[in-house]
Amino acid sequence: MPRGPDTSAAFLTRLWREKPLGSVCGIIILMLILVGILADVLAPYDHMEPHTDDILQAPSARFLLGTDYVGRDFLSRLIHGARLSLIVGLAATTLNVVVAVLIGGSSGFFGGKLDLAVQRFVDAWMAFPGLLLLLTVMSIVGRGMLQIIVVLGITGGIVGSRTVRGAVIDIKENAYFHAAQSIGSAGWRTFIRHVLPNIAPVVIVIFTINIGGVIISEASLSFLGFGLPPSVPSWGAMLSREGRQFMEIAPWLALWPGLALTVTVYCLNMFGDALRDLLDPRLRGGSGRIGATGT
Amino acid sequence: MRAYIIRRLLLTVPTLVILTILVFLSVRFLPGDVIDTMVSESSVYGDVMDRAAFERMLGLDVPVYVQYGRWIGVLPTPDWRTGEARFRGLLQGSLGRSLVGGRLPVERKIVGRLPVTIELGVMSIIIGLVIALPVGIYAAIRQDTPADYAGRSFAIVGLATPNFWLATMVMVYPVVWWRWSPPMYWIRFTEDPLGNLGVFIIPSLIVGTGMAAATMRMTRTMMLEVLRQDYVRTAWSKGLKERAVVLRHAVKNSLIPVVTLIGLQMPIVVGGAVIMENIFNLPGLGRVMVLALSERDYPVVSGINLLFAVAVVAINLVIDLIYPYLDPRVRYA
Repeated sequence: MPRGPDTSAAFLTRLWREKPLGSVCGIIILMLILVGILADVLAPYDHMEPHTDDILQAPSARFLLGTDYVGRDFLSRLIHGARLSLIVGLAATTLNVVVAVLIGGSSGFFGGKLDLAVQRFVDAWMAFPGLLLLLTVMSIVGRGMLQIIVVLGITGGIVGSRTVRGAVIDIKENAYFHAAQSIGSAGWRTFIRHVLPNIAPVVIVIFTINIGGVIISEASLSFLGFGLPPSVPSWGAMLSREGRQFMEIAPWLALWPGLALTVTVYCLNMFGDALRDLLDPRLRGGSGRIGATGT
Repeated sequence: MRAYIIRRLLLTVPTLVILTILVFLSVRFLPGDVIDTMVSESSVYGDVMDRAAFERMLGLDVPVYVQYGRWIGVLPTPDWRTGEARFRGLLQGSLGRSLVGGRLPVERKIVGRLPVTIELGVMSIIIGLVIALPVGIYAAIRQDTPADYAGRSFAIVGLATPNFWLATMVMVYPVVWWRWSPPMYWIRFTEDPLGNLGVFIIPSLIVGTGMAAATMRMTRTMMLEVLRQDYVRTAWSKGLKERAVVLRHAVKNSLIPVVTLIGLQMPIVVGGAVIMENIFNLPGLGRVMVLALSERDYPVVSGINLLFAVAVVAINLVIDLIYPYLDPRVRYA
């Protein structure tokens, strides 16, 4: 939630006025979420059903985006792909936040030797090129929805812990933090009552910035054959090797999943940027109008 | 200055040690059923073995810390057939032996592939900079004009476009429209330098544009900051031409932080190389990696992971160490 006396309605008005593009992107994301929820209703066909007489059909009134190489309706698969991407994106990013707050929060809050040790671990983790780490771990735990959520969730969370740690260290400089300590507030109580609420903006920013990256990572892994199982309609898997040999006959198979991915990630990034600009305390009070609405 | 260099080098040591542990552990916790599968498929690895022999061959019959010690080379590794023990680990320059096809040393499987990945990576970085720097600088000196918006839109769209989709589109649509497809075979540089560059240009362009998006944003921000500095205002008030103000005074200082970004982008270059090598059939480390993963050839996987991770650490270390020379204002105590 935004800090200060903004009600959610006032916040939305401000978002719309100051960040029109971000707001439009927010609406597109909302629509995508609806498509994901209503996938079973919206999809014209069962996305797994092979229409064996209609393999690689060009887009037509019957199959709006054509069919793939086993005759499955491509639009239906694309719609179910939206649901998948959103589930993986939301679940893994939520896990990111939990892991980031646990690791970054304790490392920054307790400081000292613990911090030094944890940060060397995070250094090493961040030096390990992300895709290689993901590929290695996925090849061991095997393809699957739960696996990919846990792996992407933990990996991104460790990287995000750096940001949380920085925010916690900033908070420790504040007078209210010293006040809480000097009246003898217990460590965990100080953390929950004084630190957690104040890192909320940072957490929201991590959430919105990571979600696009998580969706692309899932798509990349599924594309290389280490993400979701092949039967599942992931946008990344639709572009992978099995489908590629048919793409010269049916180029729409290459176009739509990638376009869907790009638009989704673009909108998530733009919406995240807009939220960050409004939530970042450093911007508050900077220009008169923003400061005036804030106080 | 010397104290800074020593401290920076010392801090790298624990990072490298933890890195070896991470690389080692990431393939060590194979679930039991995976080992069963490997045993049942063990004919692939040469000869049929029972589980005990298989674990002995993989070195899984001793506790994890002993395995790590052997892998690092501080404990002797016994030969799984003869039992003869020798120090054969990282410290001795050995990455272990591949499980597949004749148990070749891992080094021999990967060293020959290194030039392909390096060429792809270096070309991507160069292309990324060639695109990002002019666009970023121009967007900053023409802030809030259509050129600036165009540059920024390019960057944001570039960040959102998956590189494997771009590559797929390049493979599919030119064939459909013009019956032209990008080269799908690798040509040795020594045989045909131009042909070699022709093979690498499209994958490097794709990885490069992805990198250019982030670099361009950073260049623009840094330029904007520098353009508001007093000394730039002085340069303007001396009556200098825009060209001189921008190129002689502003650009130099704004590009220094961009150097750091190149180090931070190394993981993206590695990831991009893995994907491009697999799409464009380039015989680099990324291709070996994906093949090794599908064959469950974990010693090779660990070797490649370690090589890339150490390279990332080393590049960032070098950048940190040369930084004070690039920017004399930064003096580390």
